[in-house]
Amino acid sequence: MFYRETGQFKTNYADDMALLPILQDRIGLGIILFVAYVIIPFFGNDFLLSTVMIPFLVFSLAAIGLNILTGFTGLISLGTGAFMGVGAYACYKLSSVFPDLNILLCIVFSGVFSALIGVLFGLPSLRIKGFYLAVATLAAQFFLQWCFVRIPWLYNYNVSGAIEVSQRSIFGVVVTGAKAAPESRYIVMLVLVTLMTWVAANVLSGRIGRAFMAVRDMDIAAELMGIDLLKTKLLAFAFSSFYAGVAGAAMMFIWVGGGEANDSFNINQSFLILFMVIIGGLGSLLGAFLGAAFISSLPTILKFGLPALGIPLAGATAEHLTYILVGGLILFFLVVEPHGLARLWQIGKQKLRMWPFPY
Amino acid sequence: MDILFKILIDPFLQMGSAPDLLVQTIWEGFVTGVLYALIALGFVLIFKASGVFNFAQGIMVVFAGLTLVGLYEMGLPAPIALIVTLLVMYLLAVTIERVVLRPLVNQPDIILFMATFGITYFLIGLGEFIFGGNPKQMISEQLYLPKGSLEFKMLGGFVQLQKIDIAAAVIAMIMIIALALFFQYTRIGRALRAVADSHKAALSVGISLNQIWVIVWFAAGIVALVTGIMWGARSDVSFGLQVIALKALPVLILGGFTSVPGAIIGGLIIGIGEKLGEFYWGPLVGGGIESWLAYCIALFFLLFRPQGLFGDKIIERI
Repeated sequence: MFYRETGQFKTNYADDMALLPILQDRIGLGIILFVAYVIIPFFGNDFLLSTVMIPFLVFSLAAIGLNILTGFTGLISLGTGAFMGVGAYACYKLSSVFPDLNILLCIVFSGVFSALIGVLFGLPSLRIKGFYLAVATLAAQFFLQWCFVRIPWLYNYNVSGAIEVSQRSIFGVVVTGAKAAPESRYIVMLVLVTLMTWVAANVLSGRIGRAFMAVRDMDIAAELMGIDLLKTKLLAFAFSSFYAGVAGAAMMFIWVGGGEANDSFNINQSFLILFMVIIGGLGSLLGAFLGAAFISSLPTILKFGLPALGIPLAGATAEHLTYILVGGLILFFLVVEPHGLARLWQIGKQKLRMWPFPY
Repeated sequence: MDILFKILIDPFLQMGSAPDLLVQTIWEGFVTGVLYALIALGFVLIFKASGVFNFAQGIMVVFAGLTLVGLYEMGLPAPIALIVTLLVMYLLAVTIERVVLRPLVNQPDIILFMATFGITYFLIGLGEFIFGGNPKQMISEQLYLPKGSLEFKMLGGFVQLQKIDIAAAVIAMIMIIALALFFQYTRIGRALRAVADSHKAALSVGISLNQIWVIVWFAAGIVALVTGIMWGARSDVSFGLQVIALKALPVLILGGFTSVPGAIIGGLIIGIGEKLGEFYWGPLVGGGIESWLAYCIALFFLLFRPQGLFGDKIIERI
């Protein structure tokens, strides 16, 4: 049964098309934004900000990117890590070629480069589908990773081969480099994520998003209905890689602060982001956030939570146990709810709607 | 012009001027290809019978090898360790079927794919937890595997063949023939083929899917064990192997997910192509192209045959 909230009527088309049609959703989002913008930066400590919140935001951006491709368009990609890497290196090049450019612009523009590379590697998707495509995107992963090591131009010929993040500021506040305060980095990241999520939500609920979903559900039928497959699939790759690229640039510049980039963008990173998307829920922006929160905080929780519960952990054993637990939890969540955390939230909402009379 | 010469002509001149080196390279590619093919084979078995893209095949190889060596180190004699390892692989198959496949029946492919990731992580953790994360020496002598190498004088030079490589090729061939016979002539084999054709039709004539899945995962486990022994004997048993196991994926898309001969021939093409490419064209771009060349070869083939060389033709209905 499909129930709507009582007492909330839609009297014109604009209401019907609204991104958040329900009052409770708007209030909820307002509260979340208030907590994110006001309470966390003022009351959170450095640990919370820099080891929990900033990684979470970076990963949710990447997860949104992959969700656009895999969840909305139905094209499985195992190359997200490499596209993030493209973003990071592009940002490094941009910021060293244009030292006066605002760093936020650098980060956003680096997404454009990532999008171009994404389109290039998206070309096979026109002929190849399903798992064949997934494996084909691994070509992007390994090829790009090889480029990151073998093309010295990308890291400005420096000896270490690492990305060096210089100190940059926006409106006089230092946001990148070693001296940046966690609060300012967090706020910059948060603004970035808020804006990009807003854009994604609008695009996905509009014509383009609907075309994506039509292609996902059955591409031949979509083609018959007049959707240009070539354009739509490549657009999905571009859109998705753009987000991945921005996430990668943000990861290097705002979160990690430079270093050996090649290891951060390896195949495990790609798998990790795919985990987030699947655990969170395919085809749902909320799912991207939930999945990112779950996966990115899991190691931290296990690291600090298990000793607190009285399970002593020595270095190596802890690592092995983490692997077992992560594997077990993934299996558990998949078995309990194969459609991800976002579906759980939907079910919960449905229950609440009918509460206290379930029939 | 110079660069074109280096790409298009020079490598072939090199091949012509030192044919013994060429033979050696092709042989090395052949052996690597056989091992890729073995991993791909375990994968194809599972994909055919249950439609699961089993990412865990690579880690199953490592896990089987580790269990064998770990049991031997604990004091079991080698033959008994081998049998116990087989038992462990059977238990693993039963557990996976019970815990993962049965609850997830009829879910979209990508969910099952993700579940095999969960299995991968779980097995990595479990293997390291029980046997430690250090690389181990494969007990090749105790398993009567040959050592040393043969040298042939041919084409104006020497070609060196490791005996273990020859053994690997022979064993792989025996296993493939055995599997083919098993599929073709036994009752279970026929049931497996029926399931591969259509789950529903197989169910309707009274074939138990659950049972078949256990058998198939066990068969993949046996293939994994053999692969683990062979690969372990060439280098050592370590978790680094699972990265190499990723190479089985281009083999799969090249040969087709559903074809056993495809896995073998794909493995050989990738193995030989990759070694030749690395040896003759690699230096032009600074080496290390082995990591992605396999994927590019596979992609190139896919552009002409989207279902792989031997895969079932993809028929789409609306």
